Amino acid sequence: MSVEASQGGRTDLEVTHHRSRRFPAGNWWLYVLVSLGLVVMVGPFVWMILGSFKSQAELLSVPPTWLPANFSGDNFQRLFERLDFPRYFLNSTVVAGFITLANVAFASMVGYALAKLSFAGRKTVLLLVLLTLMVPPAGPITIVPLFILMSKLNLVNSYAAVILPFAAGPFGVFLMRQFISTIPDDVLDAARVDGASEWTVFRRIVLPLLGPGLAALGIFTFLQAWNGFLWPLVVLTSDEMYTLPVALATFAREGQYQADYGLLMAGSCMVVIPVVVVFLVLQRHFTQSIAMTGIK
Amino acid sequence: MAQSGAPAASGRRLTRRNNLVGWAFTSPFLAIFGVFLALPIVASLIVSFTDFDLGDISNPVGTDFIGLSNYSEALADPKFRKAAFNTGLFVVFGVPLTILLGLAASVALNSGIRRFRALFRVGYYLPVVTSIVAIAVIWRFMLQPEGGVVNVMLGYLGMEGPNWLGSSTFAMPSIIALGVWRNMGFVMVILLAALQGIDEQYYDAAKVDGARPWQTFRYVTLPLLRPGMLFAAVITSIGYLQVMEEPFVMTAGGPLNSTLTLTMYVYEQGFHFFNLGYASAMAYLLFIAIALLTALQFRVLRTQT
Repeated sequence: MSVEASQGGRTDLEVTHHRSRRFPAGNWWLYVLVSLGLVVMVGPFVWMILGSFKSQAELLSVPPTWLPANFSGDNFQRLFERLDFPRYFLNSTVVAGFITLANVAFASMVGYALAKLSFAGRKTVLLLVLLTLMVPPAGPITIVPLFILMSKLNLVNSYAAVILPFAAGPFGVFLMRQFISTIPDDVLDAARVDGASEWTVFRRIVLPLLGPGLAALGIFTFLQAWNGFLWPLVVLTSDEMYTLPVALATFAREGQYQADYGLLMAGSCMVVIPVVVVFLVLQRHFTQSIAMTGIK
Repeated sequence: MAQSGAPAASGRRLTRRNNLVGWAFTSPFLAIFGVFLALPIVASLIVSFTDFDLGDISNPVGTDFIGLSNYSEALADPKFRKAAFNTGLFVVFGVPLTILLGLAASVALNSGIRRFRALFRVGYYLPVVTSIVAIAVIWRFMLQPEGGVVNVMLGYLGMEGPNWLGSSTFAMPSIIALGVWRNMGFVMVILLAALQGIDEQYYDAAKVDGARPWQTFRYVTLPLLRPGMLFAAVITSIGYLQVMEEPFVMTAGGPLNSTLTLTMYVYEQGFHFFNLGYASAMAYLLFIAIALLTALQFRVLRTQT
């Protein structure tokens, strides 16, 4: 907040000045509007948490209660009896973790090669990466051949099947190439003159400079993988391999007509809350880095 | 290009060494990228010309090339048309609304709001980071006709809310609204960054010229936001064309296919009925739509500058 204010301070002051001249009471109405917006954006999550503590009878009552009559952990207890949430959590963590590691490693290495090394085929590789940026990995366009491929490789219903199509994403490579391009050649050449190998230049000079960019890419990739749905739904065929979103969606669809919303809200909490906590801790990285990726 | 310091004399050996280093850095990536990303894009096209089905996975010999039959079948399939229409609705209404609300939020936070700005930004961005499946479950809960919080609130205002997800009139608008709600924070963050990157000089110049606030916004801010808006629009449209989780969880495509989307139908044909050739053809039509829409947006948002 304070950093923010000092950065954008000049603009803020001037515009506020403008406004206050036109609206003598200040811009309180804008605060009201934006706060209402905040309620709409955050309210559903609050409602989810409140709902997860309400009894089935209370959830069915019309009109609904706002706060739970008594906070009971009953829904969570039933949820853990019916569904193996620790297992889904593990599955999601393994899948998202490996996808993130692979992307961060590949993106920095390939990004470096495309930005700072000259080799035969460099332009072709870059072109391939750019062309595939538009086609989301393991999206509707490629799920059919991917499924056939995984069947042939005997990988259906395995971690590898979920991880591989997302492990080498073009987006990260493109992003890191843009980043690394801004590093002056002189810095790298100095090390090369001293006899450093390209690997040493990469490890000792380039990688440390990529810190914030790689952190941003890592967070972004992890989230996408954690929330990924279509491909895991297609390729995971048994309950104990499900990731969190697949487990939740499958469960939600079973109860299409007489939904047990207490259980569903508890399940949603299990999927949403870890991500929200990570987001709140790292939010500064986040919003700034995503903006950064957008503008370049 | 980078290695300007290298003496030209030892040319050939150096070139070979450079190639070796370059490929050492890129080949592990290229192997996985090639097999699991690039190849399937081509393979999907090939499969779309065949009658590939479940039995062909174990024994591909039985597969026949049937030319464009899958495509003509898709274009004549009323369910495919319905899915394409619904997906079109999602894009045509969803994208402009998302951009507009994202723009409004970013301008509000950038110019009028000084206190709690970080809080608002985080709050508005929160839905973007959460799982669409979970969000769809939560909204299904809130949109229940009886006792759902949305209709209860409408009741306080003296209005009677419909059976949102159970009506073929309101189900699709509900799902579009949910998409807008989830993604406007993304647009907001992109445009906030763009707004903060605008050089103060432009505003000073506008002020010297006596521009009113609205004129400044219209003729200074908006044109400078164009690259950010282009990026946001392209990403949002590509995502919206593939919409799937929301109807999958909230309505299962119903009622009466009023919320069936292309990705859902591809999934259903491919992995319920295992008409893999047919599913691929529909997926490729979707691919063409993505390519065309992206090209169109580059045209429109680039040239008007």
